[in-house]
Formats: sequence, C-alpha cells, structure tokens
Amino acid sequence: MSVYAQPGQPGSIAEFKARYDHWIGGEYVAPAKGQYFENVTPVTGRVFCEVARGTAEDIEKALNAAHAAAGAWGKTSVAERAHILNKIADRVEANLEMISVAETWENGKPVRETMAADIPLAIDHLRYFAGAIRAQEGSIGEIDHDTVAYHFHEPLGVVGQIIPWNFPILMAVWKLAPALAAGNCVVLKPAEQTPVSILFVMDLIADLLPPGVINIVNGFGVEAGKPLASSRRVAKIAFTGETTTGRLIMQYASENIIPVTLELGGKSPNVFFRDIADQKDAFYDKCLEGFNMFALNQGEVCTSPSRALIDAPIYDEFLADAIVRAKAITQGNPLDTDTMLGAQASNDQLEKILSYIEVGKQEGAKLLIGGKRVDLGGDLSGGFYVEPTIFEGTNGMRIFQEEIFGPVLAVTKFDGFEAAMEIANDTLYGLGSGVWSRYMNTAYRAGREIQAGRVWTNCYHAYPAHAAFGGYKSSGIGRENHKMMLDHYQQTKNLLVSYSEDKLGFF
Amino acid sequence: MSLTYLDLPPRIGSTESANDLLRKLTSGNGPLMFHQSGGCCDGSSPMCYPVGEFRVGGADVLLGELVIDQIEEPIQVWISLEQFEYWKHTHITIDAVPGRGGGFSLETPEGLRFIIYSRIFTDVEWSILKDKEVLLGNGALKLV
Repeated sequence: MSVYAQPGQPGSIAEFKARYDHWIGGEYVAPAKGQYFENVTPVTGRVFCEVARGTAEDIEKALNAAHAAAGAWGKTSVAERAHILNKIADRVEANLEMISVAETWENGKPVRETMAADIPLAIDHLRYFAGAIRAQEGSIGEIDHDTVAYHFHEPLGVVGQIIPWNFPILMAVWKLAPALAAGNCVVLKPAEQTPVSILFVMDLIADLLPPGVINIVNGFGVEAGKPLASSRRVAKIAFTGETTTGRLIMQYASENIIPVTLELGGKSPNVFFRDIADQKDAFYDKCLEGFNMFALNQGEVCTSPSRALIDAPIYDEFLADAIVRAKAITQGNPLDTDTMLGAQASNDQLEKILSYIEVGKQEGAKLLIGGKRVDLGGDLSGGFYVEPTIFEGTNGMRIFQEEIFGPVLAVTKFDGFEAAMEIANDTLYGLGSGVWSRYMNTAYRAGREIQAGRVWTNCYHAYPAHAAFGGYKSSGIGRENHKMMLDHYQQTKNLLVSYSEDKLGFF
Repeated sequence: MSLTYLDLPPRIGSTESANDLLRKLTSGNGPLMFHQSGGCCDGSSPMCYPVGEFRVGGADVLLGELVIDQIEEPIQVWISLEQFEYWKHTHITIDAVPGRGGGFSLETPEGLRFIIYSRIFTDVEWSILKDKEVLLGNGALKLV
C-alpha cells in the first residue's frame, strides 16, 4: 500500500497551477471577460485552483486559431501526424504516475484506476490511431476502361468536441486521437466538473504540436459549450453526455447542416446464465468480478453494468456469493493505491445518487447492501462518497430504467433465455451489456439478440482501441474507437476522371 | 395552466430555493422552460432553457407547469415520451442545490444546480391520473 500526497501538500508528485487560462493557438490566453470559476476536488470537497470561465468571445478566438492552423495541419503527411501522436503517447507514458495523481485529484476516482486504466488506455489509443492513419488507404474504382473513380480521405477541417467529466483524459483522447490523425484541428470544451486534467496533459505535450491544432476553452455549458455547439465554423460536433443536451446539439447541428456523434449513456444489462455455476472454478470467480464491475469508477461509466439479470436456478446462490465480493470492496482515500472505490465526481452527482436510492426504496425495491453516504473522516469528510449499493427489484422500477451514474446496482431474476432477452432489451438505451455463459451458443445468441452496441461476452469493462464503441436506441449516434472512427472525422473526395479523348456527342 | 391538466393532481412541483433561482433566471433570460434529461453524466437533471431554445415535439410530454410568484408566464416542464412511460407513476419536485451542473442549462453560472426529487403517487392520485391523457409537444393528446 502507498498513499500519494495530495496535490498542494509537501511531497506531492502532481502540482497544479493556481489558475488556468484557455489554451488557444499554442499558448494560455486569459478569458475575454476576465472571469474565473473555482475547481473543487471531490476527494475533500475543497477548491484547489481556478479556471477560465469562457464565453462566446473565447470560443471565437479558439476557432480563429484552429482555422488558421487547419490548412497546414490537414496537409501534413500521415507519417508526420502519426509520429506526433506517437510522441504524445510517449510523453504521457513517461509522466503516467504524475498525470494519474492529477486526474484522481480532480475527478475522485481511485489512483489504481487512473494508473492501470485511464492513462494506459489513453496512451494506447494515441498509438492505435497513429497506426491506423498510416494504414488507411483510399480506393480506385475502374468505371470503364478510360474512366476512373478515385476516393480520397480529406479532413473535415475544424471540429468541436465536448468532453464529459467521468474520464476527463481518456474521453478527451478518444475524441482527439482520431480527429488529429485524420488531419483536423480541434476546439475542445472540457466538462466544468473536471476542467483541468486535460490542460495538465496539454502542459506536458505542448511543444509536440503546431499552435492551433488543439485549442481548449473551459467554462460553463450555457456560456462556452453552446457557442461551440451552435457555431457555423465547426464542421462537426462530438458530444458525450445526456439526452436532452444531445437533442439540443442535434438541433443546432441541423441549423448548420453538420454531422454529430453523440454518446448519451445507457442502462446496461449484465446477464448471468445458469451454467456459470456448474463449477466453482476460476470462471465462476470471474463472473463474481463481472457482477461487481458496477463499482468501477464509482459507477460513473456510461456502460456501467447497472442491471444484473440472474437466472432463476442460481439466483440465490450466485447473488449471495456476489454480495460477499461486493462487501469486500475497499472504499477510501482515492490517492491510496489500495482503494477500490473513490469519490463521486461532484456534489450534484452525490445528491442525485442519494435521491435515486430514495426512489428505489419508495418503489419497493429491497436494499441488500449499502444505500448511504459515507463519511471517511478527517479532511475526506467534505468529499463525495457513497457506499456500494445493491437493490433487488423488478425491471419496471425507475432504478432499473435510469442511469444513476453511481455505485448502485439493480438486481433481478429471470427464468430462461427468452425472459432474459426481454428484460435486457426493456430499456430506452443500448450502449453496453454483458453476457456470461460457459456455452458459447447461448452466449452468441444472447449477444446477437441484445440491442446494444457493445456486448461484453464473458468479460466486462474492457476498452481496447480496436473495438467499436457506441449505442443503439437512445444511447446515441455514431461510434468511437476502432479505425472506422476515422470516417467520422473525414470527408470523402471523389475524383471522377476520364482518360478518353472522345466526346460524348451530346452537344 | 394547461386546460388538459386542470383539476388533476399535479405531476410536478418546485421548492422555494428552486423558485428563487427561477425568479433570478427569468429576470436575466425572459420566460423559461424545463426539459427533463436522461442518460449519462448529468442525466436525470432538469435542464432549464429560455422558452423556444429547445424544440419539443410529438416525442415529448408536458409534465405540467410551475406557477411561481412574481413570474408572469407559467414554466412548462417537458420530458421525452419514452422516458415518461417509466416515470409516469412518480411525482417530481424540482429543487436547487449548490453545484456545478452541466449541459447548457441556464443555472450553472449561479453556482447552483436544479435537481429532482421523486415520490411515488399515492393510490388516490394515481387512480385519478392513470387513465388521463397527456399533452404532447405537437399539441396532440395521448393516453399513456
């Protein structure tokens, strides 16, 4: 066990500046209106720095810088862009521990997760798209002997990206890596709950990128996010967040006739078939872990397996075993490497989770464990901590239908395959899901039947860059990850060329 | 008040701290509306916009209207029809708490955040509401 010193305290490996301006055109630029907002760490609930409160003027300035850079950046060779992405990855890797501590401080997630998941995945993502862009090719179609259709990939130009607070660095990199690889310049608006993590990274990589290729404007959604999302000067907007804002962004995009990618969350079913309990072996143990993945990142994951569906014959036994495992979850100081469950990212989130726990009780769901706010004592008393919570109930209940975005699991029973699929698909969303079975035919059929963009089969919460991620139904539009993501950031240019000297004879 | 919901138990309400914030936001932004969000991150938050900013249509249900002292226009509260199907048995109270918020909701610069609390309708309330039509954003009525 080791505990990292809090940033701002003697011995901390991650130091924040007292104030962060916008990152525009390769330098820090003060906000046009001179206003700043306070940035709170959910670990203690205290302010640790202040951040520029951007407005439409700052977005315009960032768009100017991005447009000024777009021409040259879009014409760099793919080898050059891949080289830069690889150098960024190397720089992040060399500073992995420091970046992890910084992100944990801002977001509240356990440092073991930032060190083992968030930052390594971000590094890998950069390397994946560095490779993918070099391997990408256009196409040639022979229309007839003297007529050829050439298809080229071209960058869109300048794109807007709005980043959520649950993975402040990884979600930024998910959007940045394909956009940059494809030759676009970016204006990025971080979440107001976690505005600084990506600037912390930017400080480390600034010398690797031409000015204006990445521009970061902070501020509140209504003041900075909206001018970006509604700007006529972005060729595309990408957003991760909730459904109402997603609709509003589509509405703005329709006014400007630009494409959107939206990732709007889910209420992912995690389906455990009866055969998993045939043996009490390593696989059964893996299933118990899979059940408890609801606690990863404090449940603040769009794909959190927040509905566990358990086959009737094994229901009592499996649930009892899984709860033993849930009770072993260590909650504590996010900067302690032994901590498994840290702080919720904000007070809003804490309040929302507690209100859902109340709804669950009112609707008659049975509280099996947890259900309360946690006071960790000392200076962590002001932080935003919730016990891992498990309810038993039925799928029509609101705690089974709404994304609580906390460490709250809703468990229900099914009898047979058909019933499992009916419950799994009885949701507005279709982002993630999990299927657990020793019989691959069962697992395969379930995977094809579940209406979700990602079906983890005998695993959960793995996010390799090479696997497409995105939603069915109200979970959004488009995909992230995978080389297909390059298409989301590219125009198709078709040159239709005649090599014939003969006229058509029409005129 | 929308005629459709006259004499029915209200589906929504607001606390005094929400009303204070709404008075302040109305004076700066003019007439307001809410759309109840779902999904990840700041999902489940009631998003507050100037009237007309967010387009409602046949896929939205009017939950009700907040009539607040010193605010001329009642504030309409909307939710998507598909989400309403799962929420229809619950009463919603809009409150304002210290927080950072998210989305493009108007209150974030105030250091406060709209949040909802839910309670299950009483048997008496539900017996009245359960077979009543609701008003959609395209003006149609629908039995849900």
